[in-house]
Amino acid sequence: MLALRKFLRDTPATIGLGIVLACILVAALGPCLAPYPDDAFESHILQRLKPPSAEFPFGTDNLGRDVFSRVILGTRYALGVALMVVSIAMALGVPLGLIAGYRGGWLSEAIMRVTDIVLAVPQLILAVVLAQLLKPSLESAMLALAATYWPFFCRTVYAETRRVRSALFVDALEGIGASPWRIMFLHILPNAASPIIVRATIGMGFTILTAAVLGFLGMGATPPLPDWGLAIAESRQYLPESWWFATFPGLAIFLAVLGFNLLGDGLRDFVDPRLRRSR
Amino acid sequence: MLRFLVRRSLLVLPSLLGLLVLTFVLMRVVPSDPAAALAGETASAQQIEQIRVKYGFDRPLPEQFVIYLGQMARGDLGISVFSNRPVAQDIGYALPATIELTFCALLLAALIGIPLGTLAAVWHNSPLDHAIRMLTVAGLAVAGFWLAIMLQLLFAMDLGWLPLRGRLASTLTAPPDISGLFLVDSLLAGRFDLFGNALSHLAMPAFTLAVPGIATIARFTRAGVLETMQKDFVAYETAVGYAPARLVAIYVLRNSVVAAVTQIGLLFGALISSAVAVERIYDWPGIGSYAVTAILNLDYNAILAVTLTVGIIYAVVNILVDLAHGLIDPRVAEQM
Repeated sequence: MLALRKFLRDTPATIGLGIVLACILVAALGPCLAPYPDDAFESHILQRLKPPSAEFPFGTDNLGRDVFSRVILGTRYALGVALMVVSIAMALGVPLGLIAGYRGGWLSEAIMRVTDIVLAVPQLILAVVLAQLLKPSLESAMLALAATYWPFFCRTVYAETRRVRSALFVDALEGIGASPWRIMFLHILPNAASPIIVRATIGMGFTILTAAVLGFLGMGATPPLPDWGLAIAESRQYLPESWWFATFPGLAIFLAVLGFNLLGDGLRDFVDPRLRRSR
Repeated sequence: MLRFLVRRSLLVLPSLLGLLVLTFVLMRVVPSDPAAALAGETASAQQIEQIRVKYGFDRPLPEQFVIYLGQMARGDLGISVFSNRPVAQDIGYALPATIELTFCALLLAALIGIPLGTLAAVWHNSPLDHAIRMLTVAGLAVAGFWLAIMLQLLFAMDLGWLPLRGRLASTLTAPPDISGLFLVDSLLAGRFDLFGNALSHLAMPAFTLAVPGIATIARFTRAGVLETMQKDFVAYETAVGYAPARLVAIYVLRNSVVAAVTQIGLLFGALISSAVAVERIYDWPGIGSYAVTAILNLDYNAILAVTLTVGIIYAVVNILVDLAHGLIDPRVAEQM
């Protein structure tokens, strides 16, 4: 409780936590909250491109669908994709980082060099290329994003493992004959938990942003999914008249990313003031 | 300094080799059948077979890799399937546009970000500081492609202050090609009208790309200045009676921006990533636009060349950042 109170004293972090909780709620209850839950897939051509009104708070899109409902329904996809990507990246990066940090030797070198190489190309370029080569779909986009995000986890865990490896308790465990796997996953991993959580939170925001770019470029979600990035791409032909069609999905991206970034920054300062760097 | 430069450049070689392996794996191993992908969906089995032989996909992978390395060493990037021109030529045309854009974006980011960060630090915990911090957080959360569209809506479509897209008005011809950078070439040719026009076209894309940079640089400058302000020499100089503005601008800032400069190197990756979508929106004929066209058309040679080019630029920028450290901080220069 004391920890929670200390965390809540950090106003930006509390705002971030609030936004993230609200996003999760909207994602979970989407179909109940949206005024026109069927507008995810149905179209009503007669009501196309209506400006915001009491009936349609965010206006309607080119197929007459309620933009407000689609923004709400899109939350589930955005958070779902980000959660999947971060989980896969974590499942790859964390064990690799542990092994590289604990083992040392050629295996460690090999893992860390591969990490360097993947990081030598800007993430989005790599993700875009990979997503397209795997046949464009939401699944490929997720795989591509995960395949380019794991090095961040690997580096974080590697650094922590190196720090902890020389600690006395690791020597003691080795002395009483604990297996390397046991030491790595049961004893070193918990010590690296806080940086991993921070990295994952910031990664959520980053992935929502990158996934939106992929959707915008037509390499992620396919119509008629209520994807935010995709909606902005579709809206471009109807500018400047239908400004609402482009504006509100973008604001949704902004808010969600803002929430995770604020929360991530707050968590970072909270668990380890030494780590005040990197994105 | 020179020795440092040589050593630092040599260090890049292994990662370049790694980059070549990575691109090779991407192109030849990830698609289940690269020949079929290249031939398109309507191709017959015979056509696919022809392509397989023509591009050497029928040989063993290690042999393909050696051939590929040889081509790269000769600077032979192949022919673009989409534009039917040598890829190297396409890249040579697109690269200056992107360099002009990203350089201006970085400049803008530094010119706005460093003063903002300094102001926030000098008056820290004031309303101004809070406002600047809010701005920096917001700048990192906004999607570049969306910001681009919003700026277009406001400044080009609604107010009509700035041109909507492109690098130059379609009624004008580009200045004689010397550096490929329109801003430089138009000045060299003495054509100030072209310079102004190019600048007005550059304004929105450069600002769009600069926004996350402004946020990052402001953040790191703020932290750096805050830390330096605690140092003994600042207390001493204040006591001796240096004017606060002079103290901050000359002594504190120089001791504080090293971390922010390091960020410029990291930012560059974000800039290029962001440029992919942003260039497309502003019809900026750079590497980003080229990359999207190449990827959407599965233009293998072009995709590969873009990935390599970006990787190389990334490495070069990071070397430049290291050199910049030496210029800012003589202690670093001594270790070079």
